[in-house]
Amino acid sequence: MAAPLVPKLLRAHLSDLASNDARLDDRGQWDGRDTKLEIGVLPRAEGSAKVTMGNTIVLAGVKFQIMTPYPDRPNQGGLMCSCEVRSIAGRHWENGPPSPQSIELGRVVDRGIRESGCIDVDDLCIIPGEKAWQVILDLHAISDDGNLFDAFALAGIAALRNATIPAERFEIGEDTPLKVSKTPIMCSYHKVGGRFVYDASYREELGGDERIHITLGDDDHVHSLQKGLKGIFTADEFAEIMEHAKSRCSELRDIVNG
Amino acid sequence: MGGYGDVQMIDEKGLRMDGRKPGDVRPITIETGVVPVADGSCRMTWGTNEAIVAVYGPMEAHPRKIQRQDRAVLDVTYNMAPFSTTDRMRPGFNRRSREISKVTADALESVVLLELYPRSKIRISIEIVSAEAGTRCVGLTAASVALADAGIPMTDLVVSVASGKINDVVVCDLNKEEDNYGEADLPMGILPNSGELVFLQMDGDLSPDEFKQAWDYNMDAAMEVHKLMVDALKGGEN
Repeated sequence: MAAPLVPKLLRAHLSDLASNDARLDDRGQWDGRDTKLEIGVLPRAEGSAKVTMGNTIVLAGVKFQIMTPYPDRPNQGGLMCSCEVRSIAGRHWENGPPSPQSIELGRVVDRGIRESGCIDVDDLCIIPGEKAWQVILDLHAISDDGNLFDAFALAGIAALRNATIPAERFEIGEDTPLKVSKTPIMCSYHKVGGRFVYDASYREELGGDERIHITLGDDDHVHSLQKGLKGIFTADEFAEIMEHAKSRCSELRDIVNG
Repeated sequence: MGGYGDVQMIDEKGLRMDGRKPGDVRPITIETGVVPVADGSCRMTWGTNEAIVAVYGPMEAHPRKIQRQDRAVLDVTYNMAPFSTTDRMRPGFNRRSREISKVTADALESVVLLELYPRSKIRISIEIVSAEAGTRCVGLTAASVALADAGIPMTDLVVSVASGKINDVVVCDLNKEEDNYGEADLPMGILPNSGELVFLQMDGDLSPDEFKQAWDYNMDAAMEVHKLMVDALKGGEN
């Protein structure tokens, strides 16, 4: 990401807004942008989803490959989550080898999905020790207006839930839906103008400080946490965020579960 | 070109497997403004191909060594998303995408009025999110719509169409199955207002007569597609 040039003025403006309990786009502190989820949008993917959150747009596609199980886990298939933010997504993104930012994005989203146990890797085994399915979730940003994390996580789980194992194409039985037993959801908070807000826009990210990402599973179980960027937060701040995450995650879960 | 077709791709009535006549193109939709953070953008579906193109700029040319004192430079990248093909595509550049990026840039440089923006860069990012056959044509056509949507001055739009040959019959706009068993492929980039060309490739085997027929199909198809492009840019339905 290119070095942000404007932040001093922007930061001052954001803290003025924060002291009046306002945001750049007139949202409340805990309000998210309009979120739209479309599934089955990519004809070549075995499962896919498109998420639109305000001006942030991402795609997620699921593909399957045959892998040889790892010697220490002969009965297990694999799940791989890869994330690419290419130059299409915004003028601050460049092509080339994955940047630390996009690697962090992919790994945080991956952890939330993997650790929730929503995909049973034992179920992906075809012939123990010889053949298993590898599920590959590719996340692709189309337009970055902030909070790619939540958009990716939402598109990712929705695409997995939409996926079909293409067994017929690989001549190993009939196509079956991929079993996804849980619905992990991520909520992200950025410190902007000295207080945490939910679902920051790009300009809020640019003029803000640290961020916290929380992935909650069904029954509010915590599956992944990540604190990013420079900044200090208190236990009380975290407790407040966690309370909001619980209610927001269940709203978003309802969208995914249809 | 997957090899010679012992597979019958054209029926006795002269219709193709998807019901098209030899000169017909697949259904096309064009939409602009699909990447809200970009200066111009276009989403184009062509059969089950889908390309999304964003244009950023003119902006600072960076690093400085790529700057040109008398004109803007075009930074074109063509990329296929990992989920755009039947077998997953490994992310990152490969020789094919590099070549297509280059010929697409060469085509667009011929129409964009680069001398209006010295020392700057115009970035054109082409993402193929679903591939069927003919993605380079979709990418180039969509890129010219996105440039127009960004308000970048150009002498003309570029319409790119390919024709080829299956079962010894010349047909326009090969789909995936036809491309797999096709015997030739002739993609062209056409300026619809003058009939001039800015992009041309060919591989396979065409007799002089077949070549003429493929060329004519491309020219006719380009005029048809151009209407849809203009409609989309005027904000009309298509």
